[in-house]
Amino acid sequence: MASPKEVKDDRKYTKDHEWARTEGAELVVGITAFAVDALGDITLVSLDVKVGDTVQAGKAFGTIESVKTLSDLFAPVSGKVTRINGALEDSPEIINEDCWSKGWMIAIAPDAGPSELLDPAAYADHLSHSDH
Amino acid sequence: MSADSLKRTPLYDKHQSLGARLVPFAGWEMPIQYQGISAEHQAVRERAGLFDVSHMGELELTGDKALELVNSLITNDIARAHNGQATYTCCCNERGTILDDLIVYRRAENDILVVCNASNRAKIAAHFAAHARGVCDFRDISDQTALLALQGPKALGILARAGVSLDLSTLKSFRFAHGTVAGVACIVARTGYTGEDGVELFCAWNDAPALWDTLLEAGQADGIEPIGLGARDTLRLDARLSLYGNEIDETTNPLEAGLSWVVKLDKPDFIGKKALIEAKERGLTRTLVGFEMTGRGIARHGYPLLDQTGSPCGVCTSGGPSPTLGKNIGLGYVPLALGAVGAELLVDCRGKQIPARVVKTPFYKRK
Repeated sequence: MASPKEVKDDRKYTKDHEWARTEGAELVVGITAFAVDALGDITLVSLDVKVGDTVQAGKAFGTIESVKTLSDLFAPVSGKVTRINGALEDSPEIINEDCWSKGWMIAIAPDAGPSELLDPAAYADHLSHSDH
Repeated sequence: MSADSLKRTPLYDKHQSLGARLVPFAGWEMPIQYQGISAEHQAVRERAGLFDVSHMGELELTGDKALELVNSLITNDIARAHNGQATYTCCCNERGTILDDLIVYRRAENDILVVCNASNRAKIAAHFAAHARGVCDFRDISDQTALLALQGPKALGILARAGVSLDLSTLKSFRFAHGTVAGVACIVARTGYTGEDGVELFCAWNDAPALWDTLLEAGQADGIEPIGLGARDTLRLDARLSLYGNEIDETTNPLEAGLSWVVKLDKPDFIGKKALIEAKERGLTRTLVGFEMTGRGIARHGYPLLDQTGSPCGVCTSGGPSPTLGKNIGLGYVPLALGAVGAELLVDCRGKQIPARVVKTPFYKRK
């Protein structure tokens, strides 16, 4: 597993430890190594959205559960869901193995407008003040 | 509670150097996990694990009337126990609901050790002290007493390798003896909270670090691991052992909690006896059951349980994934009519109704 304080330069972040990476017109969304480390062994991902639904920045689009706890998944931006990662339904442990790539959760076609996401440096700074 | 007012066990430095994640628990800064809950859980099921449970409370009652006094405060009967025998029991109030669950160690008729939950230590110490006044001597020795649990199929072999002064083959389940482990004076008790074989070791506060190191070293070849409170919880849930604050508290009585086997209504008077006799005569209204999720969801403490029409009928007291069984399991109170094995329930998982089925417990039983 990745180091819990790892930050990737190719994407942006929320304070709740989601990442969002631009892929063409889409924003692909997942959770960071810090979030995975806090959760431990992930056993269930429940997405409350399907392709075509709209999500709102800062609002929950699903939950993620580990042996010990449950955590909400927050949409980093507002927009329309274009894809979901169906592999997580049967194999949520993919997120433990590779949270930065194969463990992505949803892709969003973002609405226009400014985004309040953190850049990698700001997220790294946020992590330096975060503890489990 | 702020972090700096949290108490630390004598093993705090050990936990830190082992890379534990420390969290506040019942006023203590305790390791919730080291390498991860699932891996630690499996280590105890397959090999061995070492737990620091020094936060537990230890109370000593001595004097001619000690046995009689303790027996008047608990639901089980230590007059029937032998010296050297440990007894699991509830301690009830006058309403017959549960102040705490305890293990009572009968060292001699005039020498009783009571182990209570850390979260209830102040309450139970005050309760026992008040009743002991003028009857027998009472001492809260929690701050001088460390407690380590060594659990798992390899536990006894590891203890023998560490060097124990006792003949372990004569130390049966729920028996204990005074002896030394690797030169450290201990009470060695064949008890635990995991559903596995093993021992719990009481020693002096300052002896705990050396004992901890010795046991980890002696167990290295067998794959021993330090185990945090996270896996302690999943292990006890598998084994259907109650957790105070979840299955049992001051709103539940031992009969509905499935603990009637520790309630001896035929022994002399004890606090709560009258209320428990009345509760038994009235008949129970609810019962604690184990269930398995049959749909995609995880029950958690406090989630409502629903009958098949979707009407609320009870509450989940504990729940989560079982690393041993690979299933999502739970315990909860339901009306008697829904308490039979095979009964279908729904769990309200944050607004989603997920099906579950009542199953036989313990969920896990060692072979």
